[in-house]
Amino acid sequence: MIIGSIVNGIVIDHIPAGRGMELYKLMKLNELKCEIALIENAKSEKLGKKDILKIGEMLPFDYSILGYVDSRITINFIENGKRVRKEHPSMPEILSDIIKCKNPRCITTTEQELPHKFRLSDRESLSYRCVYCESKAQSN
Amino acid sequence: MRHLIDISDLTRDETNELIETASDIIVNPDNYTNKCSRKKIATLFYEPSTRTRLSFESAMLDLGGSVIGFSSAQYSSVSKGESVADTVRTVSCFADIIAIRHPKEGAALVAAMNSPVPVINAGDGGHNHPTQTLTDLLTIVREKGRLTDLTIGCCGDLKFGRTVHSLITAMARYSGVRFVLISPDELVIPEYLRNGVLKRENIPYVETRSLDESIAELDILYMTRVQKERFFNEADYVRLKDSYILTPDKLAHAKSDMRILHPLPRVNEISTAIDYDPRAAYFRQVRYGKFIRMALILKLLEEAEE
Ligand SMILES: [Zn+2]
Repeated sequence: MIIGSIVNGIVIDHIPAGRGMELYKLMKLNELKCEIALIENAKSEKLGKKDILKIGEMLPFDYSILGYVDSRITINFIENGKRVRKEHPSMPEILSDIIKCKNPRCITTTEQELPHKFRLSDRESLSYRCVYCESKAQSN
Repeated sequence: MRHLIDISDLTRDETNELIETASDIIVNPDNYTNKCSRKKIATLFYEPSTRTRLSFESAMLDLGGSVIGFSSAQYSSVSKGESVADTVRTVSCFADIIAIRHPKEGAALVAAMNSPVPVINAGDGGHNHPTQTLTDLLTIVREKGRLTDLTIGCCGDLKFGRTVHSLITAMARYSGVRFVLISPDELVIPEYLRNGVLKRENIPYVETRSLDESIAELDILYMTRVQKERFFNEADYVRLKDSYILTPDKLAHAKSDMRILHPLPRVNEISTAIDYDPRAAYFRQVRYGKFIRMALILKLLEEAEE
């Protein structure tokens, strides 16, 4: 198992404790064939507790989804056992088909083919609203 | 393409222009009878709302245009499950402008995203109903002569009443406006209005439970219905309901030039004994609704041609 270190891949660190699995689902990691480790409730100086995801492959991926979960998340890119780059995700302006609107009165409940879109409505409170009904996004 | 989905799609200047056009139509209706000849409006009403639909249709007819559409989703291919997007794409082959009413929130935006002709939101569930707000603004201007320096009382269900929410948002753009928010504790205005509009824009307001105690200071009284379903128990409803019913007794304390508005339909929140009081503006408000819709149709069609 690759808990200790990975040679080539990505380590997503400083995930708020308890949200690692949500991120796993959002990134559709279950569809990958490579090694993946989810570490929950690791000790963290910054956060107290945190989750960590280790992925044994460089993914061509839009990391802004991570910004939706928490912009303090750190993305470490590992090559040949060394960290070559470190990034913090930016908050995406629009989330398209990443989370679903949970308002039962929203048009997306009856029009199945509509993309579920959310717009960043307030950077301070990091809140997203459905572009159609303006309901606040609720975490899955 | 320019649409009207949310009242905030219009700037304050544009709103003022619409009110001016509507006022000109009221004074010089003959100048407008052929403005939209050979133009068609499609009224797509996925849920019945007779008053709103008739208002749009008479607006277009008075501009010399004509009307197509449906008045409930039971008709037509809509009942076979056609999407809003497909219906709008089809209808826009026949119509120059569309007014849509739909029970789901966001439906009008979906229509606009798929329409090559202007779309007007005629109500999308409990979400937006911008032509009602324009109607309310025109009513205030016609009845009071101004949109500034007014004490506006909003009474009844301020929690779920979308007409009140958009009225507060729209009136917050004018100077010297003060709100008196009259409701039971269970039905006060939502946080986003209190913090996001009133406090942020430094607009003076008070929240009170008593219509009796506050009616004397009002220039406008905007009434809405307190619905039984909004209460957790019957006893609370029975205890409270009469406090939010406007009766001649309560009206006796109001200013002689106060005006009473109501989005209608009324159930029992305004006693019929008040209907012939000059302060009762709610039936005139329905007439103003047609004139502001005429102004809006004109504006959107003109912009579409440019
Ligand atoms: Zn929604």
